Amino acid sequence: MITINVDMDKCQHYGQCVFEAPDVFKLNDDDKLEFVATADDSRRSDIESAVDVCPMQAISVVE
Amino acid sequence: MSKSVVIVGASMGGLRAAEALRNNGFAGRITMIGEEAHLPYNRPPLSKEVLAKEVTHEAVAFKLRAQVEDVTWHLGDPATSVDLEKKVVTTASGKSFEYDGLVIASGLRPRVLDLPNGKISGRHTVRTLDDAIGLRAELVPGAAKVVVAGAGFIGCEVAATARGLGCEVTNVAIDPYPMIRPLGEQLAAELQRRHESHGVKFKLNHGISDLTGTEKISGVVLDNGEVIQADVLVEAISSHCNVEWLASTNLDVSNGVLADSALRAVTTDGKSVEGVYVVGDLARFANPLFDNEPRRIEHWNIPTETGKRVGSVLSAYLADAENFAELVATLFMPLPSFWSDQYDMKIQGFGMPGLADRYELVAGELSDELVMGYFRGEILIGVVGIGMTSEVMKYRKELVS
Ligand SMILES: Cc1cc2nc3c(=O)[nH]c(=O)nc-3n(C[C@H](O)[C@H](O)[C@H](O)COP(=O)(O)OP(=O)(O)OC[C@H]3O[C@@H](n4cnc5c(N)ncnc54)[C@H](O)[C@@H]3O)c2cc1C
Ligand code: SF4
Repeated sequence: MITINVDMDKCQHYGQCVFEAPDVFKLNDDDKLEFVATADDSRRSDIESAVDVCPMQAISVVE
Repeated sequence: MSKSVVIVGASMGGLRAAEALRNNGFAGRITMIGEEAHLPYNRPPLSKEVLAKEVTHEAVAFKLRAQVEDVTWHLGDPATSVDLEKKVVTTASGKSFEYDGLVIASGLRPRVLDLPNGKISGRHTVRTLDDAIGLRAELVPGAAKVVVAGAGFIGCEVAATARGLGCEVTNVAIDPYPMIRPLGEQLAAELQRRHESHGVKFKLNHGISDLTGTEKISGVVLDNGEVIQADVLVEAISSHCNVEWLASTNLDVSNGVLADSALRAVTTDGKSVEGVYVVGDLARFANPLFDNEPRRIEHWNIPTETGKRVGSVLSAYLADAENFAELVATLFMPLPSFWSDQYDMKIQGFGMPGLADRYELVAGELSDELVMGYFRGEILIGVVGIGMTSEVMKYRKELVS
């Protein structure tokens, strides 16, 4: 399992992560980020892409 | 013997290329040669939140992934030349590094004004961490008088950040409106209004011709003779490409480094050089999403997109992989994406709005949150939003379809 953490002090709700891993990240009706805290190892590559594209570098993956 | 890759430029583009080489199975030696003494860090915060707080490497450093733990870092010693025949890079200290694969990732540096009384202190640019540390020290909250030269995104961000710190800020630019090139007149004029409502003064359609002061800046002289009092001048006018180290090669370095769609560097007579690749701000490549005109794109997602592309093609090349030709032939068409934080505004854009011949407000209100669509003929080629993220994302989808 991969544990996903988003630093909500940094996150500006840009939503770029949503395109890389829509099953993990989404914007709610108020355009605020919501995400699931854990994901299967098979999702690693997409989640790493989400980490890469986050303008605020707010996402981290805990092993 | 196992193969080796040398990456010149230890910043975002170089780092992403190194990660992607490892992710694509390249197990040979990777050496990163960097002019700066720092491990790779993220530049955008340097004109925004970090400049307003405390500028440290820790605040902006990229997390180094396990894949790149065994990379050799050769920092604080820039490359000065390369021999593409012998495949060897030489650095300022006289060291040489042989390679089988070379990644050109040396980026840009700010252009500075050439001024008669230019050799006085108080002049700043914002490209590197050290630049931002130096500037931060002079942005005395509530006291400093700041002139920002250049009204592009970086200039406007610095202006907003300095205003946020309570400095007196004047933005001087030869353009008629701030950020007009990417955004078009209507939105640019609106953003000027918003900056003015936060207290930034603009001197547009003007250049800077000199400085007053003996040891330190006391004022900035405009091309009409007007003098603006200043303690600090931030120059964000444009950039030079860091290609001097490629001068002895036959690569096309007329504007960045020309690259083919596999991001292999191209010579002045139009030939792709095997084993030599370009990433990031320097890469001038055609993007079939728009047309076949090679362009450099100075947006933050491009180092990542180009780094990943190079990692996959170069690792296949070095492994003599059967799918190399197929990879080279795959279209490369990353969607440029950019954002900018100014005051409480979140500006976010996709595509190439600067290429549009027409734009139109497609959602929201000009004076509030909004989405602007940019068209070439009937085709949407760019979208820019202030807030309204979900709406912006709908148009983003249209751009890639
Ligand atoms: C202040 C600032 C704010 C920004 N804000 C945004 C933003 O909000 N949104 C956005 O989309 N983009 C933004 N950008 C642009 C984005 O940061 C760049 O597109 C990105 O940094 C480019 O990465 P790069 O790796 O290609 O080049 P660079 O990051 O410029 O890295 C090149 C590296 O190579 C080194 N180098 C140069 N010459 C040599 C040599 N001869 N030998 C060895 N090393 C060498 C340099 O010292 C540098 O470390 C901003 C840029 C700046 C400076
Ligand atoms: S990309 Fe980053 S800033 Fe944007 S919503 Fe995702 S975590 Fe937040």
